[in-house]
Amino acid sequence: MTPSTTPKASLLLSAKNLTCIRQDRLLFDALSFDVFAGDIIQVEGPNGSGKTSLLRILTGLSQPYEGQVLFQSTATHNKENLQAITRYREEYQQNLLYFGHLSGIKGEMTVEENLSFNIALHGDNTDGQAQALTNVNLMGFEDNLASNLSAGQHRRTALARLYQSNAPIWILDEPFTAIDKQGVSDLEALFLAHAQRGGCIILTTHQDLSALANTQLKKITLDYSNDIAFD
Amino acid sequence: MTLATSTPNNKDNNLLPMSKQLSYRRAFSLVLKRDLTIALRHRDDIINPLLFFVIVITLFPLGIGPEANTLSRIAPGIIWVAALLATLLSLDRLFKADFTDGSLEQMLLSPHPIFILVLAKITAHWLITGLPLILMAPLLAVLLHLDENSYGALIITLFLGTPVLSLLGAIGVALTVGIKKGGVLLSLLVLPLYIPVLIFATSAIDTAALGLPYSGQLAIIAALFFGSLTLAPFAVGAALKVSTN
Repeated sequence: MTPSTTPKASLLLSAKNLTCIRQDRLLFDALSFDVFAGDIIQVEGPNGSGKTSLLRILTGLSQPYEGQVLFQSTATHNKENLQAITRYREEYQQNLLYFGHLSGIKGEMTVEENLSFNIALHGDNTDGQAQALTNVNLMGFEDNLASNLSAGQHRRTALARLYQSNAPIWILDEPFTAIDKQGVSDLEALFLAHAQRGGCIILTTHQDLSALANTQLKKITLDYSNDIAFD
Repeated sequence: MTLATSTPNNKDNNLLPMSKQLSYRRAFSLVLKRDLTIALRHRDDIINPLLFFVIVITLFPLGIGPEANTLSRIAPGIIWVAALLATLLSLDRLFKADFTDGSLEQMLLSPHPIFILVLAKITAHWLITGLPLILMAPLLAVLLHLDENSYGALIITLFLGTPVLSLLGAIGVALTVGIKKGGVLLSLLVLPLYIPVLIFATSAIDTAALGLPYSGQLAIIAALFFGSLTLAPFAVGAALKVSTN
């Protein structure tokens, strides 16, 4: 069940026997997989197949019906460094960046204020945020209120945080929504760079990840029939 | 669009979370500053509860008649009930906007402990709703012919009591934030918890009017304040985790 990986890559995250039930419907059952440094994993499946539920379970926002999520803990000196995320929640959250459906951008604040809050909230360095705004092509909009932005610019404001993040584990739910073609390819390049730095990315998207297709891209497929298939 | 540099900005190749900058004070001031900024740009949040407070209190002399004895007898109760309802009216905004736009789940996922973020949000809420009520109360007390010995007690009970309203209210909001129409449920959950504050605060003001010492009532309100200050943020954090599940 384990996706093939380079032998020396270290294990960052491990899902064990995850079962998720929503509204009396079994979304997935006994789902296990490991995520190694350098992995980019795309969670696939039709609408309502449980992609977001899976990602929220991996972040610890939701609890699985059964099973648990383990992460590589550096603080504990146990022989077994894999620890349950629910047990070492604060340490896990230092390792985690989650980008959900909802961008968490405040309309009453400017682009710059939103970005610096989002970066500082997660304990990352705000020094390079001007560069991050340039990267998402929002330079010149930094003093605009977020409520005056277009949908795509709104998303970009939220995505700018990715450029400042030190967290190795990125969990991204539909990061490409409302982003233009150029923006998508920039993000794909960022994802590759992050994977090469030893991070991992778990994302859902309905786009073809053309730039990533031939590299480390792995897939987890969820579908209605409750058969979980791996490539 | 110019082709953005694809590498992340922190080029030190350091993915260790150890490089995170975490401190309680930084986290607290960060959230406090953000909430105050939003409130100042979205003034309804400040004006609505205050206007409600003023209108309710000014209506009483009109309804009951201008007789000074009657008014000064019921003044403590009116001011405190109005303050309590004004706070209740403003509670919903404490977490609702953050819940609907997703910033609440980002706060829950931040490496900062949730209680410190919650405490900052509640402090901001008190500064936005509680503090203006306290500043306004002496003026309105004049309208109600409050006994002149009672002004000190009124201000002190409001200073100790309104933070309790914000802190206990936050627990109720955190529990109901995920529910579509949680308004009625919120009142049912929160109002019983407000009753001790109401009883001891009005009793302190009444006692002060008689010229007697009211430190006993103040001590109980202070105990409620410190108790809720230390415990409520943890309860709110736990309730928010349930609500976002």
